[in-house]
Amino acid sequence: MIYLDNAATSWPKPPEVLKAMTDVLELAGGNPGRSGHRLSVAAAREVYNAREDIASFFNVADPLRVIFTANATHGINIALKGLLKPGDHVVTSSIEHNAVMRPLRSLEKQGVRLSIVPCAADGSLDVRDVVRAMNPRTRLVAITHASNVMGTILPVAEVASVAHKAGALLLVDAAQTAGIIPIDMPAMGIDFLAFTGHKELQGPPGIGGLAIGENIDVSQMEPLMRGGTGSHSASEEQPDDLPDKFESGTLNLVGIAGLHAGIQWVRDRGIDTIRAHLKELTLALINGLSELPGIKVYGPLDTSNTVAVVSFSVHHKRVSEVGLKLDEEYGILCRVGLHCAPAAHKTMGSFPEGTVRLAPGVFTTMDDISTTLRAIEQVIHS
Amino acid sequence: MTRYGVVLFFTNSSVMRAEKLLKKAGCSIKLIPTPREFSSDCGVVLRFDWTDCEQVKAILDTAHLEIDAIHQM
Repeated sequence: MIYLDNAATSWPKPPEVLKAMTDVLELAGGNPGRSGHRLSVAAAREVYNAREDIASFFNVADPLRVIFTANATHGINIALKGLLKPGDHVVTSSIEHNAVMRPLRSLEKQGVRLSIVPCAADGSLDVRDVVRAMNPRTRLVAITHASNVMGTILPVAEVASVAHKAGALLLVDAAQTAGIIPIDMPAMGIDFLAFTGHKELQGPPGIGGLAIGENIDVSQMEPLMRGGTGSHSASEEQPDDLPDKFESGTLNLVGIAGLHAGIQWVRDRGIDTIRAHLKELTLALINGLSELPGIKVYGPLDTSNTVAVVSFSVHHKRVSEVGLKLDEEYGILCRVGLHCAPAAHKTMGSFPEGTVRLAPGVFTTMDDISTTLRAIEQVIHS
Repeated sequence: MTRYGVVLFFTNSSVMRAEKLLKKAGCSIKLIPTPREFSSDCGVVLRFDWTDCEQVKAILDTAHLEIDAIHQM
């Protein structure tokens, strides 16, 4: 089996991640931050240590500004719905995943003004277009760090500078980049960073986070959910303390332990080593596909500014048919269709059919890529 | 003579941070369930040797850790 769906979720996971998850249940399986006995305290220690390591991974000075969530979508919703009020203006790009687009469309119905800056067909964003989209009511710019459909990386630091000059904040959806591209929140000017654990951070599904910049006054934000936090228990009002304000209910301890181990694994292997490996695989895929007849490759054709995602279509074949053949006849697993990002497909001209998406991961080998290219060649001629 | 003191925090994350800092500084501490007479919050408090009181206060203060109260036990 060749797994090329790492942009949806990475697989397999490092053995250290699996071990951390079983260990924490066995050795620290109390409810973190609730009771006072040793298992609860051990769980709380693991949660705190994970928070510290994640904060340091993104260069966040205060670990309490790392909020644990179920996934990137959850973090994005906390930021967007917590911050934006009717009358506020928000700017986004035309290659966003529905994780950003759907909450924004919902907020639009409640009176938030939305501007969508068009990207080029290869996903690239001209920062001057962002400047033009800003107005005095712009409260936030919300963009993806890299497209989940074509891999294009957006110029986050430049957009941050534009946003801040206009008095707005920047939210970045790092679902596709955390673990592949170094992210330094203060240096890049990111005010809210939503990430997920189960992609290139090598953790399990069901855990992610939202890191909140030092200068953000969270007292002005509404929490998405309210409930028990293990703190201020005598009060029936939600506390303003971080991370409790945004972390009601029992945390996903097993997921946190897995994500923690995943981040340590990424650190040990080295982000630069991981990225170099992925670039090599991605370039081989793009070059190999470009040589095949009847194939259209979408997005950038070089890997200088992309993550490991390649989208293509086959002339006269449905993408679903290609995906099914690759799975059933060759054991090659990928994702076809719209990838929860209709805006991105409209931008690159593949809507509504969608594309076949190949997303190699850290455990993919060059042999896997060669085998995949041979299989695709046979599928074309079938 | 008072043997121990306890620090009450507003959040569990603060307790965890304080525990790490104080252990690193070599203070003899233990996290114990919050005594009911001190607070109605659930969770834990940080117990320390009363002789270390000034050092504990200084470390927490330097780290800007917000505390609810310090009590003798």
